[in-house]
Amino acid sequence: MSDATPATGLATASPNPVSRLWQRTSRIDPRYLIAGLVTLVLVVAQLRYHMFGGYTRLVLALGVCMATEAALSWFDRGRVVNLQSAYISGISLTLLTKPQGGALWPFVIGGFLAISSKYVLRYREQHLWNPTNFAISALLLAAPSKVAVLSHQFGNDLVTNLVIWTFGLIIAKRVGVLHITLTYLASFLVLNGLRALALGQPLFPELAPVTGPMYQLFVFFMITDPRTVVKGRRKQMIVAALIALTETVFRLLSDRGVPMPIAFSADPALLSLAIVGPIAKWLDLRRTPARAGTPS
Amino acid sequence: MAVPFMAAILLAMRLDRGPIRTAADATRPGFTLRDATAQAGIHFVHKRPSFDQKIAGVEPHVAALGAAVSVADFDGDDWPDLYFTNSRFGEPNALYRNKGDGTFEDVAAAAGLADLNRPGLGVSMGAVWGDMDGDGREDVLVYRYGYLSLFRNVDGHRFEDVTERAGLHRWVNSNGAIWLDYDRDGKLDLYVTAYFRDIDLWHLTTTRIMHKSFEYADNGGKNLLFHNLGGGKFEDVTDRMGVGSTRWTLAAASADLDGDGWPEIYLANDYGPEELYHNEQGKRFTLVTAGLEAESKSGMSVTLGDAFNRGRLDAYVTNISERGYIFQNNNLRVNELRESRRFRNVAEGAVADAGWAWGAQFGDLNNDGANELFVANGFISADRNQSYWYAMSKIAGANARFFEDASTWPAFGNASLSGYERSRVYLNRGVAGWVDVADRVGVNDLYDGRAVAMADLSNRGAVDVIVANQNQPAILYRDQPDSTNHWIEFKLVGTRSNRSAIGAEVTIEAGDLVQRRVVDGGSGFASQNDRRPHFGLGKREWVDRVTVEWPSGARQVISRPPTDRIMTITEPVR
Repeated sequence: MSDATPATGLATASPNPVSRLWQRTSRIDPRYLIAGLVTLVLVVAQLRYHMFGGYTRLVLALGVCMATEAALSWFDRGRVVNLQSAYISGISLTLLTKPQGGALWPFVIGGFLAISSKYVLRYREQHLWNPTNFAISALLLAAPSKVAVLSHQFGNDLVTNLVIWTFGLIIAKRVGVLHITLTYLASFLVLNGLRALALGQPLFPELAPVTGPMYQLFVFFMITDPRTVVKGRRKQMIVAALIALTETVFRLLSDRGVPMPIAFSADPALLSLAIVGPIAKWLDLRRTPARAGTPS
Repeated sequence: MAVPFMAAILLAMRLDRGPIRTAADATRPGFTLRDATAQAGIHFVHKRPSFDQKIAGVEPHVAALGAAVSVADFDGDDWPDLYFTNSRFGEPNALYRNKGDGTFEDVAAAAGLADLNRPGLGVSMGAVWGDMDGDGREDVLVYRYGYLSLFRNVDGHRFEDVTERAGLHRWVNSNGAIWLDYDRDGKLDLYVTAYFRDIDLWHLTTTRIMHKSFEYADNGGKNLLFHNLGGGKFEDVTDRMGVGSTRWTLAAASADLDGDGWPEIYLANDYGPEELYHNEQGKRFTLVTAGLEAESKSGMSVTLGDAFNRGRLDAYVTNISERGYIFQNNNLRVNELRESRRFRNVAEGAVADAGWAWGAQFGDLNNDGANELFVANGFISADRNQSYWYAMSKIAGANARFFEDASTWPAFGNASLSGYERSRVYLNRGVAGWVDVADRVGVNDLYDGRAVAMADLSNRGAVDVIVANQNQPAILYRDQPDSTNHWIEFKLVGTRSNRSAIGAEVTIEAGDLVQRRVVDGGSGFASQNDRRPHFGLGKREWVDRVTVEWPSGARQVISRPPTDRIMTITEPVR
């Protein structure tokens, strides 16, 4: 598929540069836009903040994700599918996974789990978990002494954050998932604001997490994954709100010091999606007439 | 497909418990460390400070530093003495004179070095010793959250405050200082690190005092370099020399890291990357990347040592790790400046994760010819059932401009933050790696360790370990190395160089063993080691050659020195 359009033709169709850009992006496969955005995040994160801690990690995560996708799709369907999804998973894993010491195995096992989950954990031929979310949640629960999630900042300069948020929101709009992102953000702010009020805690710390890069990856690449969201705009918004609600419950339990695996306190958003997302998808698929579906 | 999928999850669970095969052997470490604190008559207990009530919510965090220890033979009797600093108004610092029989007596009051924590003056955060006036006696600089104080050693028993005269009456919220002779003029210069900017923590006019980022903060205090003019006077040359980092520096160390004969300055910065200032022949320092910019962490301390017996000084920088929340990992940076102008981080496994690690030092604890690493750990030990990590996780990844204001932080209350962590003792097994043998050798305290210093306190060829613990008692661990191993130690006396010989580098060659050490002008976190470089030799009964590179530039070679003793080497006058 070609996304190139002669500039002269566009200039004739629309004199406004923003409109021209918008029209141009509308002709691009959404998966390329998402891959482009995650690449932008990766490049900014590395060039400005050296965030992913070594190119070996990137090569391993990308390599394992893409090799696993190629092998399993060939085994499953007799052909190698488009590797865009594996590419996004590999980059997300590289950015999000922070291992103890120089351990590289989390990138290998994480990459394998991410992709193979699409082929193993299926219902009606569709996978239920966002691959990266599944892999990281599994690693956090299985190996909390060796794996943590990105806790870095994209610095504090507003420009970097603004670039990522702007591109993220534009692409989310273009891909048709902006309502999911905004519903989650609104729910997060309202629910955690209420939580802070109820507990008599200062507001800033409760709302602060959403300003970090982990959440940027979460709202742009995980909860909006077209393959694992439910069908229908309204239902998608309800699920996004439910994810925020579940996260708030985990935070409340942490506030109260309720004993639970450490991942629920350290990374409640990821765990909430890992629980709510597949249940919602499963229910959605159950109520939808069965049809042939394929993971990709 | 389900089988390998499940196998991958099970493998992750298995690897969570540790490596399937450990190359390094933890059995027979070849030494023990025995808690001899009480027996030695050391009863020092550090007290943490209290600050302005405006920052009461985060006071446990802000007041979590100040336990320091430095080693100096202040009375010139050839027995290393110990100086501990305290951090609460009215609480005395302690100067423990080594009586030479395994016991110590606190003579700080008589020496005039006890009552240094007073309103208006500030509270001690550490001290660093060096003969700044070349009279053959070790003087001491005390750094504070407050004013610097320089004390001249009058007669080996009493000290006089010469701060004003020296031109050092400056308010610096400092956690570290080192002596070095950056221009090789034979006089010790002084580098002072700054943490908080120059605010009075007891009379705050704003609560916007914290770091503006958790990884890229540069709104800390400004580090200062003072040039020793002679005659007991110093001049602030920070800007001229280009070393005024404002990156919340917690520790500094200095040595000639690239072999050009001029000492560099290596900084461990909290909330930011480490920094290396390259010495441009004493005329200026240049901030070089050297591979350090690649990781922004929370540098707590830096120590220099020959980790792999290459005749080079490598750097070990401690950081923060907490299960489930963060793995910043300590850095063991192999010095490859001569080849590639970079350090290469080779820390992995146990040596990378010591918890919330603070002071660390290299020392050959078993005298086998390879350096061990002692690392103190733990930040705030309060209520065991409350952890501040959950609160920290909410703000650590966020845009921290919100949290530059201390009043926006979640209140600490009585929560612990990486509390009750044990110290680590990493045994060096060469190519097989490092293995933690703390419990095996007798180190099992759970204090909030800060400063670690090493010294041969009994002049017997063993490296004892002294740990200053925050708001808790200090500990002296007596080293008992394998008695069949040989050793050699050097007392260096500078003539053209500074008398303390700080910055001199000693390399020994004994058969296949090559090892290098630098005479310590301050390193680790808020600490300073014995000035006498110690080398274990293993079963080697002789040393082929000893090379001393003096700060003056003089190079002295000694062949076949006697072993199993402390040898005095005086710098040739010409």
